[in-house]
This record gives sequence, C-alpha cells and structure tokens, in this order.
Amino acid sequence: MSEITQEQVTHLASLARIALTPEEIVSLTSELGSIMDHVATVTEVATPDVPATSHPIPLQNVFRDDVVGQTLTAEEALAGAPDHDGSRFRVTAILGEEQ
Amino acid sequence: MTTDLTRLTADALATKLSTGEVSSVEATQAHLDRIAAVDGSVHAFLHVASDSALAEAADIDRRRAAGEELHPLAGVPIAIKDVIVTKGMPTTSGSKILEGWVPPYDATVMTKLRAAGLVSIGKTNMDEFAMGSSTEHSAYGPTHNPWDLERIPGGSGGGSAAAVAAFEAPFALGSDTGGSIRQPAHVTGTVGLKPTYGGVSRYGAIALASSLDQIGPVSRTVLDSALLHDVIGGHDPRDSTSLTDAWPSFAEAVRNADVAGLRIGVITELQGDGFQPGVMERFREALALLEGAGAIITEVGLPSVEHAIAAYYLIMPAEASSNLAKFDSVRFGLRVNPKGGGTVEDVMSATREQGFGAEAKRRIILGTYALSAGYYDAYYGSAQKVRTLVQRDFAAAFANADVLVSPTAPTTAFKLGEKTGDPLSMYLNDIATIPANLAGIPGISVPVGLAAEDGLPVGIQFLAPAREDARLYGVAAALEALLEQKWGHTLLSQAPDLSPSEMNATDEGAV
Repeated sequence: MSEITQEQVTHLASLARIALTPEEIVSLTSELGSIMDHVATVTEVATPDVPATSHPIPLQNVFRDDVVGQTLTAEEALAGAPDHDGSRFRVTAILGEEQ
Repeated sequence: MTTDLTRLTADALATKLSTGEVSSVEATQAHLDRIAAVDGSVHAFLHVASDSALAEAADIDRRRAAGEELHPLAGVPIAIKDVIVTKGMPTTSGSKILEGWVPPYDATVMTKLRAAGLVSIGKTNMDEFAMGSSTEHSAYGPTHNPWDLERIPGGSGGGSAAAVAAFEAPFALGSDTGGSIRQPAHVTGTVGLKPTYGGVSRYGAIALASSLDQIGPVSRTVLDSALLHDVIGGHDPRDSTSLTDAWPSFAEAVRNADVAGLRIGVITELQGDGFQPGVMERFREALALLEGAGAIITEVGLPSVEHAIAAYYLIMPAEASSNLAKFDSVRFGLRVNPKGGGTVEDVMSATREQGFGAEAKRRIILGTYALSAGYYDAYYGSAQKVRTLVQRDFAAAFANADVLVSPTAPTTAFKLGEKTGDPLSMYLNDIATIPANLAGIPGISVPVGLAAEDGLPVGIQFLAPAREDARLYGVAAALEALLEQKWGHTLLSQAPDLSPSEMNATDEGAV
C-alpha cells in the first residue's frame, strides 16, 4: 500500500512547489517508503466506528464585529518583501508562454 | 559578582532587582558576558540583541528609580525561541528561507513579556521550523549540550534549553509540537512545560502543525516556569484557538506544592523495552520519593500509545505542508530567480528548493502525500481516528489518576550526528511526549538526576487533564524539593563549568 515510486515523489514535489534535484528524489523515495511503512499502521486500528478528531479541544468558530482594527501599514507589510513597488508586492510573470 | 548573577533563578534575580540591590543593566550585562564567554561552544543563540537588551534594561532601571510600580519580573533577562516573531529582532525559525527577516509585528507572548518589562536578550536556535529532536536540522548549525558538547541538546527547542542550562539566560520561551519543550529539558537537566492547547496564544508563533503547537516556558526551576507561564498565559482574541478560561496563578501552585493523597498513574506502555536502564533507575527512584511523601502510585494503561507516533507523523507533516506554503518568495524571506527567468511558480519552486533544508522538504513531501487524493482517508483520516483513541485512553486513565507519569524520553542525550542518517529512528525517540500533543493536554519535564551509565541528565514527565496545568506545577515542585533535599544541591550545579579556560583544556584532552 505504501510503495512509493520516484514518479510519485516527482509529482508531489511539483504539487509542493519544490524543485528537488534528481539525487533528492532518489533519497526521498527510499526514506518516504520506510516512514510510510511505519505510519501506515494507523489503518489497522482506525476502524469505521471510531470518529475522527481534528482538534484536541472542542472549539467553535470565533467571530468578531466587522470593524477596522490596528493593521500593518503598507510600508510595514512590504518591509520584508524580496521586491515591491512601494505599494504592492512585485513578482515575475504569472503565466508562461504556452499558457 | 557578574558571574554570580547568571547563577540566580529568575525569581531570586527579580527579588534583587526589586530591592535595588542589582540593576537590570547589571543583570543583563552579566548574561551578555556569559553568552560572549560560552556561546561560541554551545551555540544556543542565533541572534544576541545586546544593544536593544541593554536599552530595555536601562529603561526598566529608570522607571524603577522614578518610583513606577513594575511587574515583579521587570528587568529580568529572557531568551526567545526563534519560532516566535519579534519586532526589531530577526526571526528565522531556524530556516535559510527567512534569513535576515525582521518581523513588522510582535507575537502576543512578546507583547506580554514587554508589558511585564522582561528584557529580551536574543533568539535561540532550533531545528528548522521546529522539525526535529536535536537542533541538527537548524540551517545555522546545531546547538551543543552544555553537559557534553558532543551531544545533542534536544529539539526542536535545544537552543532555549541549552541557553538556560548554560546560565546564558535564567529562563526562555519554547514551543512544543511533539515534545520540543519537554525533551530538550530532559536531556539538559532543565524544566520545561507544554501548556494545555490554547492556554497560551499562538499568535505570532510561526506555525508547524496548528492543531499541535503550543508555546510554553523553559527554565532551571519549576517556580521560574510557573512565573513565566503566569505572564504569557491567558485568552487572546487574535488566536481563534485560544481558550477563554480564567487561569489560576501557577506560581501559587508551586508555593502550595503537596503530593499527599495525589494519585499518580504510571503509564505501563512507556517503560521497559527501549528505555535506557539509567533512565528507568532515576524514574523509579523519583516515584519512590513521591510515594514516601504521601502520593498514591498506581499503574495505568494507554494502549493506543503504540500508534501515537504513526498518527503524529501523518498529522504533523500534513499540517506543516499546508502551513509552509506561505513561504512562496512573494511577501517575505528568500527569493531565488532560476537561470533564464521563469514564471512566479518557477521562482517559487527554485526558492523553496534552496531555502528549505532536507527535513523540511521531507516533511512537506510526506504531508503532501498524506493529503493527496486517494490517500487522504487511509492516512490523514485514519490518523485523526487514532487521535480519538489516544484521547479516550487519557480520559479513562484520568478517571483513576490525578496525574500520569513516564520518563520524558527513552534515552539520555545521544551524540550529534548519531541519528541524522535515519529519520525514522529520530522520530521514534518522541514516543513519550507526542501523546500529550495529540490530546491537547499539558505536560512538564523535570530533572530527576543523572543516568549511572553515562552521567547525563534524566527527566521525568508528568501529564494532567486539559486545563489542569496547575497540578503539574504542584507535583513537579514537590518532586524538585524532595530531590534537592536528598542531593543537597540542584542538578545543574553539577554541570560542567564551560568557562573558556576549561573548554580549551577539554579541547586539548587535558580534562
């Protein structure tokens, strides 16, 4: 069930937006295989009658009044950006040529 | 004189500050001097904020001289784990992807520390994005255990624990997702507490796994952790998972420590196989002392614990893969432009390839796999069911015991490099600490002595039901007092001196 292939890791890396090197793909494939062999044991005890828990302490969604609070200035928000034009983050092309 | 100040507990230093015997500038300078003397070898700090710390200290001294009423801890230095965002101090979470980033805002815990007048002396080292049990996954090099510089200080908060153990700070902030406060305490002979989930605001803590992360105190004594917890705890409207409970004074719980009649449940599954004999010996000795003081020792089972690590290593990477998507080269941190340019996605992929270390990549890919179509129900869904089973086990155990107890980790500090080639064996080391995070309950690690076979510190872990953090402070403080009475000294007074002259001698093999 947890047999992981290099093709899968390559696909996962593209989903996660990490340009892994071929060497990393080889080593991650074998490491993930052994990790998944271990963690897949959860399926043995997770029977249909057991409900899932997503959160350690039951909580309800929290709402607040829709009023303007104290927020970062544009200058503060842009202070750590790799590139900006003074009021907006600047990035390279969103779409490639074939798109 | 200045070296003596670093040996004081935060509580004792606070008393000297309030009586005017010592100024905050003197106390802060003493710790900065200590850092300058030993941190070249320990590497607990990623950033030392000498100038701002001395300015904050001078401000406290001025306000005290002017007769202003100050918080009892005002002027005491503190170290901050680098996972916590700090205005004016660089924050990297141990990652190259955030190198040099200075956040435009403070985490809520920082706002609270500043309001109380605590002096932030710097940011401590950690595994990248808190992913690890040894600090070896820090992008800036590992921290060394002050008890033996060739060994790990624990992780991910090895920097905070080592800073406290090496007398570079009286206490520190940590964060605990699967044991990152408690396991470093165990291997460095210090105290660390993971509060009830939601007991301390996570606003401004760079998230690893949002349903597991919790900020907490790291210190040399139980009282100092309690005093710090009293400062940082409480509801925060900026964290939607923050509990609205009114909390009792934890310092008061320490001062009223008493274990007479307390039912302590020993966790059957967390002893024996895989646990080092010297760890078990100190553990049993501590239980005997508690029993002698009137505690009732019973045995409790947590049968689902054997599946807890498996569930944790699905849930944590799944949440991490989602949380770390924010490091996209657009709003903060590193940007790497691939050769020949490319789209924003190409830039993102090149940035994340270069900016993340091996463990971060491993967990992001693992989490992406666990969440992907066709595997989600089998892995993430099953792991969430195991979480229910673990919670049920705890509920049943707490019906028969007020607190539960186990060794904090199976072994004492291992050698740097010993487990880096085998991620799974590193993961399995977290067996005793992970269940508390899955269940959201509080846990504390307190030192119980040195293992006979290697002379390294051993910790004991107490767990309490959610919201009962005060119980942990009570039992831990009682045990600390019993042990120190028996030894006639604190455990950390037995740690190597680390003075530069001695370390040079060690390097030359003369000691």
